[in-house]
Amino acid sequence: MAALPRWLRQPSLPDWPLYPLGFIPAIWLFVQAVTDNLGADPAKALERGLGEWALRLIILGLAITPLRQVAGINWVRYRRAIGLLAFFYVLLHLITYMVLDQGLDWTAIGADILRRPYITIGMLGFLLLLPLALTSTNAMIRRLGGARWRRLHRLVYPAAFAGAAHYLLLVKSWPLEPIIYAAIIVALLAWRLVPVGKAGGRAERA
Amino acid sequence: MLIRRGPDIKASEITPKEIYLSRRHLLGGMAGAGLIAGLGGKADAAPLTAGKSAFSTDEAPTSLKDITSYNNFYEFGTDKSEPARNAHRLTTSPWTVKVDGMVAKPTTFALEDLLKPAKLEERIYRMRCVEGWSMVIPWVGFPLADLLARVEPLGSAKYVAFETALRPEEMTGVGGFFKVLDWPYREGLRLDEALHPLTLLAVGLYGETLPNQNGAPLRLVVPWKYGFKGIKSIVRITLTDKEPQTSWNMQAPQEYGFYSNVNPDVDHPRWSQATERRIGEGGLFAKRRPTLPFNGYADQVAGLYAGMDLRKFY
Repeated sequence: MAALPRWLRQPSLPDWPLYPLGFIPAIWLFVQAVTDNLGADPAKALERGLGEWALRLIILGLAITPLRQVAGINWVRYRRAIGLLAFFYVLLHLITYMVLDQGLDWTAIGADILRRPYITIGMLGFLLLLPLALTSTNAMIRRLGGARWRRLHRLVYPAAFAGAAHYLLLVKSWPLEPIIYAAIIVALLAWRLVPVGKAGGRAERA
Repeated sequence: MLIRRGPDIKASEITPKEIYLSRRHLLGGMAGAGLIAGLGGKADAAPLTAGKSAFSTDEAPTSLKDITSYNNFYEFGTDKSEPARNAHRLTTSPWTVKVDGMVAKPTTFALEDLLKPAKLEERIYRMRCVEGWSMVIPWVGFPLADLLARVEPLGSAKYVAFETALRPEEMTGVGGFFKVLDWPYREGLRLDEALHPLTLLAVGLYGETLPNQNGAPLRLVVPWKYGFKGIKSIVRITLTDKEPQTSWNMQAPQEYGFYSNVNPDVDHPRWSQATERRIGEGGLFAKRRPTLPFNGYADQVAGLYAGMDLRKFY
């Protein structure tokens, strides 16, 4: 393979700037919503926008391993920041649903979670991400031990699947956007199932 | 505490109404005289004269901006902002509407002929979308019953079927690999629903001809049913003795029934219909409000469904 520039293959930039950068879309969406620039139903648009950013970040996080295996691009050092940002976007999406969409009507929220499959699945996805966010620190990795920590963090696979299904189940008919998100997520998950060639064995997969 | 910035004011909104209306009159007159033939049918909004109606609600109408920028018109894209961007491609003049089937006088009307005898009224109706939001829209139109009377339905007619134009060369959303709906868009009413005085054929809103994204030049408005029953840009009306196929029912029969009356007690299988958000009311922090049976028109229309199990006939 033609050699990619080193700054791309093995970037040396630290990961901390990703956190402030990663929140720019959320802040931008919120400012747009408050200043009435998010269309006729700003609460819905904010909720949808945050959810879509969560899916994009999950996709980015899932793409890191295949990128390394296929293109030799090693961005593993940014994966924690991407994963945590995805979690925060899911959390903001959930808060928007509870506060702005449902007005903290706990009866309606409870009924939604129990009776609406897309909300049940969405909540499930959030609950699956919760332990991953809580064990994202170096101290927790050490405490759990690498192998156990890696096993635990495979929960991101069902969580990503739940995110894709959540989006597909809430729309009417079959518009393109949720289908595209679902297709990418399914492809990235399927990648984990097929054995790679000699370059990288199954053991290398994460 | 939030300090809200006022909306950006466009120059067009500063122009006094009389002046821009007269400008449109002038354009309209020029078009009529064939002076601007080059514009070829993309009719600009023209003012309409309409009487008041006792059927109008006194609730505050939703803003023209929201009504014309937040639309479900899947022929022009599935995102609610897309119809406002894409529907200008639809040629609405000339326009013909074929009224046929079980009628004594089947007729293909040029739109002008269809409208000539119509007594236009402003009807300010609530509109409840099946997705859980609502608006208040000042329609301009005339009762569907008036048109049906002109073609004289036969005694055998039990239903009315409607069809939207299908023009792949003008409609950006009807092609593609995934067909969102089986085009053309189809809707239907029972004949007694169609003849009900609330049932409107709308040709305008806010005192002017319909913007394309709202279903120009002619659309159905059935205020006690979910919004998707209000079929847009109608080209065909057929009287029949069989329950017509309707697009959303064909797409997902367990989710969208033929009747689709607004009913807070019968949930959509995937979401609750108990509440709705009124568009434009409170912006980001708008509260949901309870949805009313038959969208608040129960006094006028509940009798149409006496004895029917509304859970079964959803």
